[in-house]
Amino acid sequence: MKRLIWTAAFALLMATKATTVQAEVKVGVILSSSGSAASLGVPARNVFSILPDTLGGEKVTYIILDDASDPTNAAKHAQALIDQGVDLIIGSQIVPATAAIAQVASAAGVAQIAPSPIPPPLFNNPWVFTVPQSMPLAMRPVVDHMKKTGLKTVAFIGFADPLGDLILNSYSKYADSLGIQTSAAERYNRTDTSVSAQVLKITAARPEAVVIGGTGSPGALPQIALAARRYQGQVYSNHGIINADFLRVGGAAVENTIAPTGPVMVAEQLPDSAPTKAAALTFLKAYEGKFGADSRNAFAAYYYDSYLIADSAVKRAKSTAKPGTPEFRKALRDAIASTQNLSGVHAVYTMKPGNVNVDDRSIVLVRVKQGKWELLK
Amino acid sequence: MGQLRASAVDSQIIIYLLQYGVTNGAIYALLALALVLVFSVTRVLFLPQGQFVAFGALTMAAFQSGRIPGTIWFVIIAGCVVFVLDMIRLAPSREYRPLLRSGLWNIGYPLAVSTLVLLPLKDASQVLQIAATLLIVAPLGPMIYRIAYEPVIDTSILNLLMISVAIDVAMTGFSLLVFGPEAFRTAMFSNEVLKVGIIEIDYQVLWVVGGSVVVLGMLFVFFQFTIFGKALLATAMNRRGARLMGIPTALAGKSAFLVAGILGAISGILICPIVPIIYDTGFIIGLKGFVGAVVGGLASFPLAVLGAVALGIVESFASFWSSDHKDVVVFAVIIPALLLLSSRVRGAGSDE
Repeated sequence: MKRLIWTAAFALLMATKATTVQAEVKVGVILSSSGSAASLGVPARNVFSILPDTLGGEKVTYIILDDASDPTNAAKHAQALIDQGVDLIIGSQIVPATAAIAQVASAAGVAQIAPSPIPPPLFNNPWVFTVPQSMPLAMRPVVDHMKKTGLKTVAFIGFADPLGDLILNSYSKYADSLGIQTSAAERYNRTDTSVSAQVLKITAARPEAVVIGGTGSPGALPQIALAARRYQGQVYSNHGIINADFLRVGGAAVENTIAPTGPVMVAEQLPDSAPTKAAALTFLKAYEGKFGADSRNAFAAYYYDSYLIADSAVKRAKSTAKPGTPEFRKALRDAIASTQNLSGVHAVYTMKPGNVNVDDRSIVLVRVKQGKWELLK
Repeated sequence: MGQLRASAVDSQIIIYLLQYGVTNGAIYALLALALVLVFSVTRVLFLPQGQFVAFGALTMAAFQSGRIPGTIWFVIIAGCVVFVLDMIRLAPSREYRPLLRSGLWNIGYPLAVSTLVLLPLKDASQVLQIAATLLIVAPLGPMIYRIAYEPVIDTSILNLLMISVAIDVAMTGFSLLVFGPEAFRTAMFSNEVLKVGIIEIDYQVLWVVGGSVVVLGMLFVFFQFTIFGKALLATAMNRRGARLMGIPTALAGKSAFLVAGILGAISGILICPIVPIIYDTGFIIGLKGFVGAVVGGLASFPLAVLGAVALGIVESFASFWSSDHKDVVVFAVIIPALLLLSSRVRGAGSDE
């Protein structure tokens, strides 16, 4: 008899356990691990193999889908994820895909953490939260450095796409206000086989410095051409080039380049007082431990910060409602919106209206010295 | 007035722009030539031609960084597929000689080539690296022909074009899978700079242009003085006539694709030191080679070369004057060329 009671109690315990297992948090992840943004998406996908199997103390399932850098796919995936009852969507990497997801997700009442910048119409959407430093925020220290070193004229060469425009506008607006002129603005494509003609035009204008508006390893293309023309001025770039492949492809041609970056990329060199240092070192240890030294990547770090934001929000939201319910989704959104001083690997996050979620602690300047990123103090 | 004083600078700029244009044009010329050859021999518009550029460049880069080039897997897998196809076709006839030959070429050769990775090619001379790259990439041409085109070679040009599009997508995907999404650059053949008056020319540029000219010369010799080349040229001029004279269509098709593979790989090897190559760079280069070929009428080899070089120069000047719109200019060139063509030439693809 006694034994029967014990068995029943045990069975009851198992049953309750089973129900808690069922009520796990489901997170939909959309990224671009193929197509034009694949160089950002492959490292982003890697992040999910180093994450713990709990989120905010609850069991978690990540459903990871590849949008092939295509906004139509991203929207379809978002709908599929919502149909599967996800509590949160993290994605995607390129602005058009992120915007496409936002349309679907905010209509269904699912919060979205965007590891990419978002376009202005989404700034006040209550369901969308952007992680990265905004481009003007990132380019500001670059212009400050120009001012400090007394530069008067700069030229620009960047991608012939909205990203190129964004980089150009972000630095030139602030530069204009400080009296630094942009003497030439040239464009090229990621898959171009020559930028020599554009660089010729730039060097003919004799600027004191050149700003590069290309990202990833194709961001090295103008610098290779500038080096071939033996251009002597300072070259500034943007935070889209900060990875090991850029250094490998650029070689000697990118030596001395100054670029802004999230502090995670040079975490070891940060002073101990830096608020992001501890989290960044934890992330780098796990990520590079698995994918090799120098495999660090800013986009992987944005996805990791998305995880940290979600982790803290689930912790606060889970007392309100059970995962998988509309109430929980609402509570999760509110919890994300009330994130205060959360130390991520890129920035300290405080969600504010208008999606200004990070401050200037999220940007440092680095210089390429002997093929390595060196923190510029 | 300012313009008059600047004229010395302007002429220097023009010479530089011509230099850049000819450099790119030389690459487009090689691809245009391959496209014209493949088209006239097989009626296939071989859009994936540009993929061979990426394959050649990335294979070479893999050798230089001491990694195993992913194209080796492509050769082995494609070889196996070809062998299986040959087996299915030859089995009923109970003829074992051709099957043995197919096995030798499609199973034996790829395996032999894959032993190349055991050699210490990382520190070997660039000549050896180039040879290894060609040995791996070039046979992909005939293999792709055998798998995708030969079984349906008598279908319409439009069908063949659609197959080309499918192959292009498949090759791009494969390229991403094995080479990854990042760009690669190979070592310069030479770092020196040649000074001619006020103009500086990188030796690498001379290598690209010189290399292309040498390859064009070799092709000329091949077509004019070897029986194999003559047979290929005969097929290009008149497919049916060549067949009546006993030139096997399948062999001609495979040869044309082999030449296409070689030309593509050489283009990739030549430009990779100047331009970082990404897995999908090939498509746009191939497309420009195609525009060059169309400007030249898709029928004549010398005109295709001229068209391609002209396109390179147009691109270079367009990049200088209005870099935002240079691709618009480059691809718009095809419209007047097509208009002229449709009014004048009715020769290309005489079977149609």
